[in-house]
Amino acid sequence: MSGFGHRMSKEEVSVAHAYTPGLKVKRFTIVSKTRRLPIPGEVLVKEGETVTHDQVVARTQVPGDIHLINVANGLGVDPEEVGPFMLKKLKEQVTKNELIAKRTSFFGLFKSFVYAPSDGTIELISEVTGQVAVREPYVPVEITAYIPGKVIDVMPRQGVTVRTPAALVQGIFGVGGEAHANLKMVAKSPDEVLTPERIDSSCEGKVLVGGSLVTGEALSKAAKIGVKGIVVGGVEDEDLIKFLGYEIGVAITGQEEVGTTLIITEGFGKMKMPSRTFDLLKSFDGREASINGATQIRAGVIRPEIVIALKDTEVKGLVEEEEETSGGMAPGTPIRVIRDPYFGAIGRVASLPVELQVVETESDVRVVEIELEDGRRAIVPRANVEIIEE
Amino acid sequence: MRLAKFTERRGTTSQRQTKKPEEFEIMLVTDVGSTTTKARLFKKKSNEYRFVSSGEAPTTVEAPFEDVTRGVRNAVREVEELTGLLLLEEEGIVWPRKANGEGVDLYATTSSAGGGLQMMVAGVVKTMSAESAERAALGAGAIVMDVIAVDDERMPHQRIERIRTLRPDMILLAGGTDGGTITHVAEITELIAAAEPRARLGIGYELPIVYAGNKDARPAVSKTLADKFALRVVDNIRPVLELENTEPARDAIHELFMEHVMSHAPGYDKLMKWTDVPIMPTPAGEGRMFRTLAELRRVNVIGVGLGGATTNVYSIYDGKFVRTVSANLGMSYSICNVMKEATIDNIMRWVPFDIEPVLIRNRLRNKMIRPTTIPQTLEELMVEHAVAREALRLGFQHHKQLARGLRGVQRVREMGDIFEQSAELETYIDMMHVDFLAGTGGLLSHAPRRAQSALLLIDGFQPEGLTRLAQDSVFMMPHLGVLSTVHPQAALEIFEKDCLVRLGTCIAPKGVLKEEGSALSFKVEAEGRIMEENVAFGSIKVVPLDSGKIAKLVLSPVKDLDVGRGPGHGLETTVEGGVVGLIFDCRGRPLSISEDPAVRRQRLLEWFQAMNMYPEAVYERIRSPDVKGGS
Repeated sequence: MSGFGHRMSKEEVSVAHAYTPGLKVKRFTIVSKTRRLPIPGEVLVKEGETVTHDQVVARTQVPGDIHLINVANGLGVDPEEVGPFMLKKLKEQVTKNELIAKRTSFFGLFKSFVYAPSDGTIELISEVTGQVAVREPYVPVEITAYIPGKVIDVMPRQGVTVRTPAALVQGIFGVGGEAHANLKMVAKSPDEVLTPERIDSSCEGKVLVGGSLVTGEALSKAAKIGVKGIVVGGVEDEDLIKFLGYEIGVAITGQEEVGTTLIITEGFGKMKMPSRTFDLLKSFDGREASINGATQIRAGVIRPEIVIALKDTEVKGLVEEEEETSGGMAPGTPIRVIRDPYFGAIGRVASLPVELQVVETESDVRVVEIELEDGRRAIVPRANVEIIEE
Repeated sequence: MRLAKFTERRGTTSQRQTKKPEEFEIMLVTDVGSTTTKARLFKKKSNEYRFVSSGEAPTTVEAPFEDVTRGVRNAVREVEELTGLLLLEEEGIVWPRKANGEGVDLYATTSSAGGGLQMMVAGVVKTMSAESAERAALGAGAIVMDVIAVDDERMPHQRIERIRTLRPDMILLAGGTDGGTITHVAEITELIAAAEPRARLGIGYELPIVYAGNKDARPAVSKTLADKFALRVVDNIRPVLELENTEPARDAIHELFMEHVMSHAPGYDKLMKWTDVPIMPTPAGEGRMFRTLAELRRVNVIGVGLGGATTNVYSIYDGKFVRTVSANLGMSYSICNVMKEATIDNIMRWVPFDIEPVLIRNRLRNKMIRPTTIPQTLEELMVEHAVAREALRLGFQHHKQLARGLRGVQRVREMGDIFEQSAELETYIDMMHVDFLAGTGGLLSHAPRRAQSALLLIDGFQPEGLTRLAQDSVFMMPHLGVLSTVHPQAALEIFEKDCLVRLGTCIAPKGVLKEEGSALSFKVEAEGRIMEENVAFGSIKVVPLDSGKIAKLVLSPVKDLDVGRGPGHGLETTVEGGVVGLIFDCRGRPLSISEDPAVRRQRLLEWFQAMNMYPEAVYERIRSPDVKGGS
């Protein structure tokens, strides 16, 4: 894609595919999730099996922490002399504070001892440095299905793929990891602000759906009460910093330990959630949802998501909504502007001028003419719009 | 040249290609970037090599494509459409050129897709072997994820934890002079072995480690690492304290980059068959051209590549080449990390209109989550320019930490040195002796007005005295870098004629005046015309002088200001023009910006107007009392 302020030469005209794919907002689609272990282990389910969201589908053991202790220094000997003073051999098990090396000198007058810093196994006795490494026991790691559904693929020793018919909403940015809870609408309209007054004890363990903004106070109250997740149009950057306790530098998220997963659908600042998204979530009020705030903008884009698994009876007669195709803008296509001065405005493509146009910054860019909802017309760089999927 | 040597070893002049480089007429080079693949076509036209055409397409390293050659094909297809040449066939690029004229005489490529080359380096002493290792890795075009050293003030378990969580493409391990410490080298080696780091790409393959430390420690290092890793042993990076020998390590990194890293990236196995020229990391290509500029003109050069994700700074100063990369300082993906590291206050000091910082914060966050959007209004462009200045400033600050003399070298101290204990910790780069400041990367290369890139470079680096400014015309420095390994003459011709845009010369007196008043007077004589003027302290004055034009310049600074001959001393010299001209920057060095917001904004607008940086109408709009926060 072009950089900002890209003054393109005529030669580059046919090059500009600038177009941001829309985020998915689907009433019915097929969601597949690959659940993979960090290192090879054991898969606990079979292909074709039906699983629940919290069912463990694979597990493994990752090597425990390692502790290096300088035994030569501890005993006051040269590194190459450590061997004979070791009471434990290579690969031998030790328990925390167990004596692993001992040296007696001057007919027993001076004694030096080295103890194991943790439970584990002796993994190294170095004659070069005099270091001894104790590896803590393996740590079990389990992964759950995350979404309820059917196992459609088993990767031996690595993991599985689970599939389910579902309603799916992708957000633009999120913090906090996977969670599973019932949806609860706390906004009546998509432009409402989610304030602390709207959060009470009935929200505990729920995923709340707000409107255009969640305030900083509402975020802290939600975390305090034990709200599992919040889905909302926008958040002020300063409130997010307070909520996390630090400022995010690079947009790779999902590991935050905040208790409440936050998913914003539009961006930073007060931003009305599109009616289509709001209405879809509203139609599933009270239903179970799997959510994940993990976001990665660069190198393998990951967007946060809300997955509401559908029962077979619910999908009868429904046709799966097609995947969006890139570059699919044509007159009449519904689009949303994703940058100032029309940020958030919704409209339809009026025309797609072929010639480059000079925008106010004096850059020659490919533009789209939009008919906004209120009937006004606007010219916007194509890089600054995204398609709303219908 | 280092890479040329490496290339020759691998047999550039190919089994397939029978022509000699000097017989090449059409050459195609691509750069597979993290977001975009850029193809550039070069041709011999009436006995000189020129840039002809370009094509761009999204990089296809990620799912669902996971094959970089698709993006390369798409970019090259653009060139085909624009030139009418036939360059592609089913097997890839048509190469070597056929008798009927189809195809190219050379195809080569650089790559930074999938995050480029990510390395961890380790050494014994942080400021000695570890620092040399870091310089070698950076010089090879890598991103350095972390530097592990015996004295890095971390506990062993913290180091192990760190090594375990990093997933580098490669590790460079150094430590000890030849005949020196073995124990400490072994200690670091044992640490790496215990941590068992895993490679980022390709599950189940051995992580490459280059060992460039004390030769006497090789048996101990091999014993610990050879079974678990793909170990490559090369000459010591610091054979003696007084010498830094980064070349063998750098060559090994490039070879392993091809053999291990690239071969595991999606589609590269195919791409590697399309060319006989080793794929070069993009920054290595960029760095070669900045070096070429320095060698060609025999001058000190500072170059910068300001990208969407990273900022690369290169310096060639008194013959020493140093490259640094600030992995998370960039203008799109990393824009919020610039805000975090620089602080919002430092960004706000470059914003010439009244706006709440919270709104700027939200705007930058929105750019981060939608990184391919572009500014539509001038106020938005000004905000991005404000961030760019801070990214450049921070990138250069980082660079200066590595562009410094070798630690641990015994030197004879004179009386004066005793009072300057910190001298050896500081950079050797003296801005007064930097002759050339050049930039590349999306924001600089594509700035709507060249004056914008000129002032961004000046504000980010604060050159002193006389400094020529230049920039890459349409982003082709990496392409020319890899081309120069095969055909240096062609690369040089194209670099001079089509790549390097001369912006002009910046004349910036060093020092600060306590009171307002004249900073210097100048006389410019060009093409029979003479211009004489005074420039007030705190202001900028631009005198147009076209590219290729030379002017005679006489400078007379006031007594506290220095243009290169000492405070108050005048200077007579010749200067080069450019698309912007001669920029008399009398704002003082170090540049200070008023803390009073109203004064600050007023001053910024004056500077921008003096540079003719933005259309006139915007100044009126900003100065209007009704306008707040831009659009």
